[in-house]
Parts: sequence; C-alpha cells; structure tokens
Amino acid sequence: MEPNTHNLIPLFVILPLAGAFIISLVGKKVRWISDVLGNLVTLSLVIASVFSIFAVSKYGILVYKVGSWIPPIGIAMVLDGLTGFMLLTVNLVAFLCTVYSVNYMEKYTAKWSFYTLFLLMLAGMNGVVISGDMFNLFVFLEIASVASYALVAFGTEHEELEASFKYMVMGTVGSLLVLLGIALMYSYTSTLNMADMAIILAQKGITRISFFVSILFIAGFGLKAALVPFHAWLPDAHPSAPAPISAMLSGVLIKTLGIYTIARILYNVFGMSKELTNILLLFGALSMIVGALLAMGQWDLKRLLAYSSISQVGYVILGIGLGTPLGMLGALFHLFNHSVFKSLLFLNSGAVEYAVGTRDMRMMGGLREKMPITGCTSLIASMSIAGVPPLSGFFSKLIIIFAAVQAGYIGYAFWAALVSVLTLAYFMSVQKNIFFGTPSRALAKSDGRRVAKWESIKEPPVFMKISVITLALICIIGGLLLLPALSGNFLKAAAEVLAAGRAYASTVLESIM
Amino acid sequence: MTVYFMCLILFAVGIYCILRKRNLIKIIIGIMIAEYAIHLLFALLGYRTDGRAPIFSPDEGIVNMVDPLPQALVLTAIVIGLAVTAMLVAIAIRIYEKYGTFDITKIKKLHG
Repeated sequence: MEPNTHNLIPLFVILPLAGAFIISLVGKKVRWISDVLGNLVTLSLVIASVFSIFAVSKYGILVYKVGSWIPPIGIAMVLDGLTGFMLLTVNLVAFLCTVYSVNYMEKYTAKWSFYTLFLLMLAGMNGVVISGDMFNLFVFLEIASVASYALVAFGTEHEELEASFKYMVMGTVGSLLVLLGIALMYSYTSTLNMADMAIILAQKGITRISFFVSILFIAGFGLKAALVPFHAWLPDAHPSAPAPISAMLSGVLIKTLGIYTIARILYNVFGMSKELTNILLLFGALSMIVGALLAMGQWDLKRLLAYSSISQVGYVILGIGLGTPLGMLGALFHLFNHSVFKSLLFLNSGAVEYAVGTRDMRMMGGLREKMPITGCTSLIASMSIAGVPPLSGFFSKLIIIFAAVQAGYIGYAFWAALVSVLTLAYFMSVQKNIFFGTPSRALAKSDGRRVAKWESIKEPPVFMKISVITLALICIIGGLLLLPALSGNFLKAAAEVLAAGRAYASTVLESIM
Repeated sequence: MTVYFMCLILFAVGIYCILRKRNLIKIIIGIMIAEYAIHLLFALLGYRTDGRAPIFSPDEGIVNMVDPLPQALVLTAIVIGLAVTAMLVAIAIRIYEKYGTFDITKIKKLHG
C-alpha cells in the first residue's frame, strides 16, 4: 500500500469545514470571497474524489486512523469502492450547485450564510460516507441534518418555517432511533468500529437483538431517506428550500443519509436475512408506487419533483433489497443517475421560478421559445428520468427490472415497469404545461402589465446556464458508464463492496495490520 | 431491569408528547424528553453494580470501574441535542412572529 495516499481521506471533511469557517468569518465584509471560496472548495473536492477512485482501484481499500490510534479502539475512516462512488456523486452535484448559486442566490441578502451552511452540510455528508465508526457516522449525520434544517428555512417566509419545523421534528425522531440502535449495538458487541462489529455479529449469528436493531436502523435511516411510511416531511421540505438546496436535498442528501447508510450497515455490518430483504423490497415498491401516484396530482412544479424523488428512491431501495450483484449495480447506477437528473430538474425549476415568478404549472406554458436552454435541458432530464432509451435513466431502470426478474420477483419487476410508465406520464404533463403549448392566460393576457411580464422572461444568467448544461451532458453520456472500461473502477467497484457483504470487515482489518 | 423499563416509559412519554400535543413548545419538550430517555439508557448501559468512577490512579487497579465510553458518547450526544433544540426553538420563535400562534392546527399553509 502506498504510504501517503490515505492522508487524502480526512480532507473530505476538513476542506468544507475550513471553507465554512473562513466564509463565516470574513464573508460578511468581503462579499466576493464566499462565491470564490465556495466554488474552489467544491471543485477541489471533485478533483480529490476522482483521485480517490483511482487510488482505490490501484491500492485497494484505504484506512485512515484518526489521531494514529489503531482502529478497533481508535476511530477509523475507510475509503473503499462504495465510498469513492458516493464521494464523487455527492461532490459533483455539490460543485454544480455552487456554480449555479453564484447567480441564483443574488436575490437573497445573506449569501455568506448560505455558503457556510452549504459547506457544513457537505462536510456532514462526506463524513457520513467515509466514516468507519458507528458513532462518528451518527455525529456526521447530525451535522448534515442540522445544516439542512437551517437551509430549508432559509427564506424565512411562512411556508419555509413551517416546512422546516416539520422536517426537524421528523428528522430528530429518526436520529433518536438511530442513536438508540447504536446504544443497543454497543452494549451487545462492546465495539463501535463497523468492521469489528461485523466480525462479532458474525460470530454471534442473527439473534433477536440484532434483528431489532436492524429494524430500528431501517426506521431511523428510512425517515432520512423518506421511504413511504416515513415520507410526509419531504414534499414540504424540499420545495421550500432555495433551488440549489432543493437540488442538493433531493439529489444527494436523502441518498447519503438514508440509502447509503441502510445499504452499508445492513449488508456490510449486520448481514442480510430473508426477513430484511422482504422489508426492503416492500418499502421500495411502496415508495415507488405511492410517490408516482401522488406526483401525478400535483400542479406545483417543485412538489411534483419532490414526490417523484420519493418514487425514484423506491427504485434504488428495491434494487438494493434484491441482494444480487446485478440488482446492486442497477441500484447504484440509478442512484447516480437520479442525483444528476433530479438536481438538473430542480435547478431548472429554479430558473423557471426566477423568470416567471411562480411555481404553479397552470400559470406557465410556451416557455420553450423564451428559454430554449432551460427547455432543452429539462426535456433531456425528463426523458432520462422516465426511462427513454438512449439516456442514462433507461439503462439503470432496465438493469433493476432485469435483476428483479432474475431474482424471481416477477411481481416487483412488473410494478417497476408500470411506475416507469407513470413517470413518463407526469413528466410529459410537466413538459406540456411549462415548455410546450401556448402561454397561459396569466402570462399572455394583452393588458399592458402582463405583456411586459412575458417580454421580461429570458434565459438565466451565465453561471446558471453552465451548470445545467453540464448536468444535461452527464445525463446524455451517463449510459456510457456501463461500458466495461469505465464501470470497472466506478460502478462495479461500488457494487462489489456491497455484494461482498461481511467480507468487508476482514478487508478493513487486514489493511490496518 | 426496572431502570430500563423506566427509560422505556420516559421515551414513550416523549413520543406521546410529540404525537399528541398541539403546541409547538410542547412538541419541542416532547423531543427533549425522548432524547433524554435515550441518553439515560445509553449511560446506564455502561454502568455496573457498585462500580466506581472511571478515574485511573496508580494505587487502584482497573477493577470494578463503570465503562467510561458511553459517558463520553452521551456527552457528545447531549451537545448535538443542544444544537437541535436551539434550532427548533429559533424556528418556533420565527413561526410565532409570522403566524402569531404556537397552535399547529392554525399553522397550515402547506398540505403535505
């Protein structure tokens, strides 16, 4: 193993924390510094995560010992295939969101506090992903959650505050369940290190207490991931935040705090059992169906996107729950794709709101001639999320459906295919109501004020354009990630970590020795 | 065994308070009660009967000490809980400024 590569690992937490600290100190006085520093930090994190993927493929699993204490006693930070995959997804979306916020956040007064909270949230998410220690995972989870509660309330209007309070109450209950689970696991295994815990649990076998704690974790992390019985906060919280934050929350936050943690703990620490598989499959299918049905009845663009997030998260959980290597590959690929196209759609909804001043789809129409770039990129993202063939979303859904058939769950495969059709239906309605068709009467009425409004609609400023075009390009070429040359280090490496199950423990402990 | 059951009862009181109360401040109090129940349980898990404080000194061996790790973890969890509570109270005050009430049945601009 290369001696110094593992020193890269703590950077993923240190860089955003340092950025947040400096911005909060000087950002109020020196205005340009928050934009520059925020973008620099996220850009360097993207570069570091690309580098970390190559490092993992070259040297295998990397472990950083915090304070040089040997891990079962000290705290470990672990960088393996799955971690590298999640880091790249999170930081890529975060970078494009900060580029977008340079222009978009001009309309809010306190840009520096936005960047401070944004970087804190990013530090929390990166921390959750690289932590190899149960309690550290909880601490980072709370850092990311508290920052996101504040960001949802950023506008401090009636709806924002109400949504933030609701989100906070549900999120805190979720964290409490996770903490209870960690407490019980500590008393049962006398360790907090994930690898060590996995070995001790493997010796003890699946007992009632480990099953009970898995249920606590599914409920706790499920609250963060907005799986269907626990989803009530998401459709309020995600639309209330400013557009780049909605993109971060829907794009990556629910995946790192919810899906990644469920997958990592259930597969690599506890080991799956028949009952847990059934629970995950049921929750996945429920989220998929209920999310899609609720999305169909929405007129508020951002609420529709939020419900669609619930539905797409259902696909990922379904794929992970299948437990076959193919299902995991499909689920992780869909996770990546969903974070790209859902953040693109949320950013575009921000651009539309920026131009038209409303989120009600009945008040729009015909925006395609005025905003060709926004229209085009939204069309690409909608096609991709609905699973139209050449785009990335098609491949990931196809793999999940194939994996379900292969694993013998024909019923779930049928529901997945059906929900895909529903997704196409409601995204067609989004396209028809906003970008195609004739301008609604509210926009095109011929009294003077309304015409002035129609004339004033124009494309968003340059940084917003750069960010959405980049995301659209990733949507188009995303399917190429499945080519063997590219997928080996990225998707396959991540899926292999999950498929290896409890072998994770011995790989981690070996690399420490 | 009794103490664990009392923790459970405390937790149930907190959850009941979150689910049934209509006042924002009472909901926040419910969250804090539930949180303290879990902190208490966590600290109790490291306790052993007639154990002494986990302070190492040369004239005493490491026998019959309570487990110090849960105490450290609970301290961290309390600090996190403080941040969350401060955030909750701050938002509740802003809600009161906007709506003029703490009653959740009157605060419903959203319909989720």
